[in-house]
Amino acid sequence: MLTPRNRRELRKIGVGLVFISPWIVGFLALNLYPIIASFYYSLTRYSPISAPRFIGLFNYEKLLYFDPLFVKALTNTLYFVVFAVPLGNMLALALAVLLNQKVKGLSVFRTIFYLPSILPLVATSIVWTWLLHPQYGAVSVIMAELGLPVISWFSDPQWAKPALIMMSMWGTGWMMLIYLAALQDVPQELYDVASLDGASLWRKFRHVTVPMISPIILFNTIVGLIGAFQYFTEAYVITEGGPGDSTLFYSLYLFNNAFAYFKMGYASAMAWLLFLVILILTFVIFRSSAKRVYYHGG
Amino acid sequence: MIANLGIKRTDINRAVSFVLLVVLSAAFILPLFWMITTSLKPIDQLLLDPPVWIPSPLEFDNYPNALDEQPFLQYLGNSLQIGVAAVIGALISNSLVAYGFSRVEWKGRDAVFVLVLSTLMLPYHVVMIPLFVSFSKIGWVNTWLPLIVPAWLGHPFFIFMLRQFMLGIPKELSEATRIDGGSEWVLLTRVILPLCKPALATVALFQFIWSWNDFIGPLIYLNERSLYPMSLGLALYHNSQGITDFSILMAASTMAVVPIILIFFFMQRVFIQGISLTGLKG
Repeated sequence: MLTPRNRRELRKIGVGLVFISPWIVGFLALNLYPIIASFYYSLTRYSPISAPRFIGLFNYEKLLYFDPLFVKALTNTLYFVVFAVPLGNMLALALAVLLNQKVKGLSVFRTIFYLPSILPLVATSIVWTWLLHPQYGAVSVIMAELGLPVISWFSDPQWAKPALIMMSMWGTGWMMLIYLAALQDVPQELYDVASLDGASLWRKFRHVTVPMISPIILFNTIVGLIGAFQYFTEAYVITEGGPGDSTLFYSLYLFNNAFAYFKMGYASAMAWLLFLVILILTFVIFRSSAKRVYYHGG
Repeated sequence: MIANLGIKRTDINRAVSFVLLVVLSAAFILPLFWMITTSLKPIDQLLLDPPVWIPSPLEFDNYPNALDEQPFLQYLGNSLQIGVAAVIGALISNSLVAYGFSRVEWKGRDAVFVLVLSTLMLPYHVVMIPLFVSFSKIGWVNTWLPLIVPAWLGHPFFIFMLRQFMLGIPKELSEATRIDGGSEWVLLTRVILPLCKPALATVALFQFIWSWNDFIGPLIYLNERSLYPMSLGLALYHNSQGITDFSILMAASTMAVVPIILIFFFMQRVFIQGISLTGLKG
């Protein structure tokens, strides 16, 4: 028997579910089902013209032991992640700290740094191809003026990845904006007290600013990491994986497997490995930072 | 403090910061400056060594020439239509869902909300292939539906943002309406949503920019040129041939970038607000 109270509770659950129903449909159709299907496909040989055929863990074995391109793509991606995420993060924080000095023209600077991060990547990728053109690009010209060696950037296997990392740092403005909002919330009294104790600028940054915004550093690191592992558009547009596979990133190789070679099962196995790597890394980062992140005010 | 010199340390800090900011902004502007200046170069000034920083005369014909090369105007129109359709869906769906997660109290609500947030961690590549398979089966390939319909089903980032905003509205407002006999629907549309305008504007802006910039979606689903949005049209034009005429390419890129820059300038306040609305603070 339902008591009136229970009935009221049920009714409320019903109302809640009706309101969130668009999300429920989206979750089932765009997340849950595809996750399960993707795992199933990863255990099959599957091209769009034939039905999936179950082959157990064969795709995973092949990826891990017999596919040099997979190893190459994974290494390229790790290289990118290891440099682009910390460098982008540090640049964003540095810009935010500079902007937080109550300088003149704050909104102009903020616009200049933020804008590149919301522009269409296809267009900015094309612009960077031309910007870093070995002969006629602005960067090469400026470097030559300064007496620096000429670099072929995107057409040199050694420099293609650093060039892409540089470009990704140019797009770090969204992170800067998040840092800026966080910095503006750090209570001024903390700095005043530190000044009374004669703390230097660096010590104030290290012992007041960094602990106070540590949850945001953690957030930006994880979001940056997840994004960097899925790095795709710039490599697709600018280098198409070249030269010499030096920019064949994980998601580019995955995309090629799925939509150029039509190895849907194989690509699904790649996707699941990527998912596992991201989950494990996120978990490790959360765990190892637990003691260093300070949540004030709950 | 170097008080005896009459200069405060904070003044020096500010001056140093200012100089650093000027240098860094020059570096940040360079790519866009290079794009615009190249888009206005006559062909004979394109490959000069040393280069011309500001061409003279300015060659505005590069823009109509770019439009002759490719139906860029049509691509822009397609991007606009996809963007608007996605924005409408995002506004409706995320309002409803966020309302259900903030203004209605029901058992299990917060546990489900954790599930909403956890989907942010899911890489697109995991769902990409099954979605493609499903959408092909129902005949959605080579239509805009795979690019628009997901926006109508809510996005965790927007749900989170709107929920935070709605939680900030005093409960008493809802109680008053309920006592007057207003339904939840009346409450949402007449009371809550009008108060959420800044948050809704942020949703609209971000959704439009995401749709405008989306590349992998159109790349997977569209193969008919007349359906291409700007991002795809531009990329395929760039990759299709060894293009030497960079002024045409830069003119086309400028056309893809300028709408976003304009939107940003007109709605800058909303943008900046959007970040603080997410509650992402130290």
